[in-house]
Amino acid sequence: MSEQSAPGADGSGRPSGRLLEVDDLRVEFRTRDGVAKVINGVTYHVDAGETLAVLGESGSGKSVTAQTVMGILDMPPGFVTGGQVRFHGKDMLTMSAEERRRIRGEGIAMIFQDSLSALNPVFTVGFQIAEQFRIRRGMSRADAKKRAIEMLDQVKIPNAKGRFSNYPHQFSGGMRQRAMIAMSLALDPEVLIADEPTTALDVTVQAQIMDLLGELQRERRMGLILITHDLGVVADVADRIAVMYAGRIVEEADVYDLYAKPAHPYTLGLLDSIPRLDEKGQQLRTIKGLPPNLMNIPPGCPFNPRCPMAQPVCREKIPPLLQIGAGRASACHFAEELVNRD
Amino acid sequence: MTENILEVRDLVKHYPVTQGIVFKKTVGHVKAVDGVSFDLRAGETLGVVGESGCGKSTLSRVLMSLEKPTAGSVIFKGQDVATLSAGAMRRLRRQIQMVMQDPYTSLNPRMTVGDLIGEPFEIHPDVAPKGSRRDKVKELLDLVGLNPEHINRYPHQFSGGQRQRIGIARALALRPEVIICDEPVSALDVSIQSQVMNLLEKLQNELGLSYVFIAHDLSVVRHLSDRVAVMYLGKIVEIGTEDEIYERPTHPYTQALLSAVPVPDPTLRESKAIIRLTGDVPSPISPPSGCRFRTRCWKAQDVCAEQVPLLEVRPGSDHPSACHFAEKREIVATHPA
Repeated sequence: MSEQSAPGADGSGRPSGRLLEVDDLRVEFRTRDGVAKVINGVTYHVDAGETLAVLGESGSGKSVTAQTVMGILDMPPGFVTGGQVRFHGKDMLTMSAEERRRIRGEGIAMIFQDSLSALNPVFTVGFQIAEQFRIRRGMSRADAKKRAIEMLDQVKIPNAKGRFSNYPHQFSGGMRQRAMIAMSLALDPEVLIADEPTTALDVTVQAQIMDLLGELQRERRMGLILITHDLGVVADVADRIAVMYAGRIVEEADVYDLYAKPAHPYTLGLLDSIPRLDEKGQQLRTIKGLPPNLMNIPPGCPFNPRCPMAQPVCREKIPPLLQIGAGRASACHFAEELVNRD
Repeated sequence: MTENILEVRDLVKHYPVTQGIVFKKTVGHVKAVDGVSFDLRAGETLGVVGESGCGKSTLSRVLMSLEKPTAGSVIFKGQDVATLSAGAMRRLRRQIQMVMQDPYTSLNPRMTVGDLIGEPFEIHPDVAPKGSRRDKVKELLDLVGLNPEHINRYPHQFSGGQRQRIGIARALALRPEVIICDEPVSALDVSIQSQVMNLLEKLQNELGLSYVFIAHDLSVVRHLSDRVAVMYLGKIVEIGTEDEIYERPTHPYTQALLSAVPVPDPTLRESKAIIRLTGDVPSPISPPSGCRFRTRCWKAQDVCAEQVPLLEVRPGSDHPSACHFAEKREIVATHPA
């Protein structure tokens, strides 16, 4: 999973191959009540033009991983206790603040779930987009404005020119999310991290925004990391999926493989417990119990207290994330059996 | 034909929009609910779906008599709720209870679980005599799948799903006949959501409850509902059995809504045709004339701006739909291969 790869530019401008790699990342939160081990060895990567979905429930560590990658994790209480985040092969965690700042926006950009709190309420939307061109590209005020309007146009905000001088509260939820996409794409990043970009939106607007993201990604051959808990959205857009549980990746697979034959009982449980639009089921199957307290993660496999397949070995040994076939990995002692069952 | 436990007729709820600080002047109305009629039959679940701002939460507040309707009536077992005396109203409230969306803000953090679930008995002392209340609360905790020994704990000691169970136990305390569930699972994680949905189903079977189940998640609504009403900008645009709405929708809004729901099956990617709606929901202060959906509708004609389409059974269909051009359309999302 985590073999070292060369920065690899192929001379055509955009580099091919491993763009961003997270390698055995560990993060803990030191609070008054104790130490919460939020991320316990997370490894994933995203290539140019690829969509990696990071799937997990609240508290699984999917957002904290993204925040660490972006360097916007609150420290303290957060502490990175191990691992690397490599961008074009270079570890970002050991870089100077100045170097990291240069990567943000141009290398990696992020969009957030709650667009109302992510945008500054006292500046116009246009100003917040144009600001980047002024500071990072040294453009004149007029040029920056022109570029910002182009960006708003690209994300299909109607009447972009007129909307330039609106404040965030004058936008609807869907339009704010579009403005945030425009802002994050302004400096043409190679990787875009989208943290639950449509969770706060209605389904019809969600479909619009996911379309837009997909379109822009294809145009720009961006690597997209889509963080979400929605198994439906993932099925529509992802190429690969990493499933997180209690600060670990428990399964990684191609989207078709994962839905057809999940290789971890947690993934299987998740897929079984969602009501489907196209079926009127009788009783939903559930995952019993609750996610573990991160200050007191059970020994062995963190999923073992909720797992219907748990054996004594699961309470003793933490299953490592192992390859179980082409492009698939699972952190379950019984992954082979799960995949090979009918 | 089963009896109707709740009948809602032409329900309207407008909120005034005012301007000025000292001399307040009403400059318009937010037409949150604008002429809604439906029946709730005993023992059934009526799902209400719609996007944010369509008036589904206002509807729930009016049904609970937390808000007085501007016009129209809510009839519970043949009695018009608006005409009841204060005492009769108090007795009625026992029959209709509510489960709220957010289990974090709907439970008082300073009260123990025992006090929270027992509070309804303080207000309606004749339901449970003083001495038996703690036992009743323990029974309720057991009923919703919580440990009765946790009666002295505070809400913060529970997870989101457990808190929602506390909210459900509290709603059940007075043995109501109708429970209004306003987005009861939308704040919960997938694995917890299914637990709470199964609990709601189990309780309905055991206690013979009727639910009005309000949610924006169409898959969740389909799973729990016998009949479904689709709302758009304060009006019901289509109503029918779960099968009629999900398999044979005739209103363009329902069709668009259903087609936009992501289905957790990557193999449907190619075959799925999503109907793209453009733009946002118009403001409920000045909704479009005629059909309210016409500004986003691909079928809109001149007649849609002039005439309000009535919610009635249209030719070629088996359930009421409020569209001049209602017709069936294959929604690929709901028909895998």
